[in-house]
Amino acid sequence: MIKVEHLTKSFYDKQVLKDVSFDVKDGETLAIVGFSGSGKSTVLKIICGLLDKDSGNIETSEGEIAMVFQYSALFDSLTVFDNIIFALKERKELRKKYTEKDLERIVQEKLKLVGLHDIEYKYPSELSGGMQKRISFARAIVTNPKIILYDEPTAGLDPISSTLIEDYIVRLKDETHASSIVVTHQMSTIMRTADKVLMLYDGKSVFQGTPDEMCNAGNEYTKQFVTASLTGPMKMLTE
Amino acid sequence: MEQIREYFKESVTYRLYLLFKDELDDFFTTLGEITIQGLNSLKYILKLQINWKEVLIQANRFGISSLPITLTIVSMTSIIVAMQVAAEMVKYGGGGFVGMMVTLLTVRETGIIMSGFAIISMIGSSMAAEIATMRVTEQIDAISVLGVNPIRYLFVPRILAGTLMMPPVLVISSVFGILGGALASVMTSELSYRAYFASVRSGLFLYDMKVALLKAIVYGFTIVLISCTCGYIARGGAKGVGIATTKAVVWSFVAIVVWDLIFSAVFFF
Ligand SMILES: Nc1ncnc2c1ncn2[C@@H]1O[C@H](COP(=O)(O)OP(=O)(O)OP(=O)(O)O)[C@@H](O)[C@H]1O
Ligand SMILES: [Mg+2]
Repeated sequence: MIKVEHLTKSFYDKQVLKDVSFDVKDGETLAIVGFSGSGKSTVLKIICGLLDKDSGNIETSEGEIAMVFQYSALFDSLTVFDNIIFALKERKELRKKYTEKDLERIVQEKLKLVGLHDIEYKYPSELSGGMQKRISFARAIVTNPKIILYDEPTAGLDPISSTLIEDYIVRLKDETHASSIVVTHQMSTIMRTADKVLMLYDGKSVFQGTPDEMCNAGNEYTKQFVTASLTGPMKMLTE
Repeated sequence: MEQIREYFKESVTYRLYLLFKDELDDFFTTLGEITIQGLNSLKYILKLQINWKEVLIQANRFGISSLPITLTIVSMTSIIVAMQVAAEMVKYGGGGFVGMMVTLLTVRETGIIMSGFAIISMIGSSMAAEIATMRVTEQIDAISVLGVNPIRYLFVPRILAGTLMMPPVLVISSVFGILGGALASVMTSELSYRAYFASVRSGLFLYDMKVALLKAIVYGFTIVLISCTCGYIARGGAKGVGIATTKAVVWSFVAIVVWDLIFSAVFFF
């Protein structure tokens, strides 16, 4: 469960989030959409504790929070294997729980889940962008998180890899009953993964509803987004 | 109060401040970060939350891979000094002091300062660039989100490696410095190896060596801490990595020179 109320955040003199509220129940997936620079990544980073909020309330259920970063953020000095088990190996309380054999098994299991094999001893720089994204996926969920935040998980992937990732987001949610937030620009990702959609514009939420409502309801903002139109209530914000 | 403020705004001091505002802010932010991360790292070291395997990897990088450059620079310095003065000293009857002088100079000053400079340019810069890259590619954020403390993971092994490896690096490079001085003296003057090394002993003081080792520990710690911190607070893409690297090198150089001044004042004055 994630509950966000009246969240605000400024960077220096620029207010990026003015008043954002939403909630995501257990086993539910929320898609956040909005212009580039509208503060989507900022929302995720506040939820997982990388950034401090200015004001507002955030409640999350107990347990691990995982994040899949926009640009994968794999550790480039570590192999795929060590990337995936990073948390299990570097955290004292987790390290004791797993033997070398367990770790081996976990890596194989996670790689299979994201449709990859025979790459555990390669380094991230030897992999394509899409493969890196999938590895970062595997790395994020190794701690069995209760909350999973995806920052543009399908950006830059071919349609088939995108579908693979989308299916995986859904499967993971069904299995773990985690609350997920997916930041995305892609309609396909929204339609396949999301139960609800939140649209951000100018630091505020301008739409909340189901994906179907997003496409059909008479909201000027979502209409502009769905039709990718230059005319509408949203203007490209200039600095 | 208002009047004072108005008056202050007109003052030269305030205008100077405005002129250098960004630089000053940056200076104090960096200084603050170095202090905070230094204390944080010390906390983990004292709590013995140390990954020794990683310490070994970093020690290898710090001590072994940098050795060729460190040795070259330190022995070159002694060679140059000996070349400049050996012949003159022998001519004026001071040949018996050449070894002593080179030794004093190397142990007290050039050994540590030159290996410090070599370490900064080889190791400090690469640590800063490495950690800055991890920062701008969100790898450090990823470490945090995965529940690992980035200071403990990144700083502690590097700082320990630097602190532990700087003394041996200094000892080896100082020996090479004194040997280099011998080579240069013999080649450029009438001095014999025997005469040179006989006077080396009179230039070696236990006190100097203790101070030199203390310096090595302090400089090793300082260089790594500054380099890691400059990388850690980097922001903004490839340019940010460049800025962080430059900053690490400049700050480390200045810090070493300031430390040297402090050490000279405290121990030799
Ligand atoms: N650490 C920071 N310091 C200063 N400004 C920041 C920082 N992080 C984000 N911003 C600013 O906040 C705004 C929102 O950034 P954010 O990354 O959340 O956008 P986004 O919606 O994720 O965009 P995109 O779709 O391009 O990823 C941007 O204008 C950005 O310049
Ligand atoms: Mg973003």
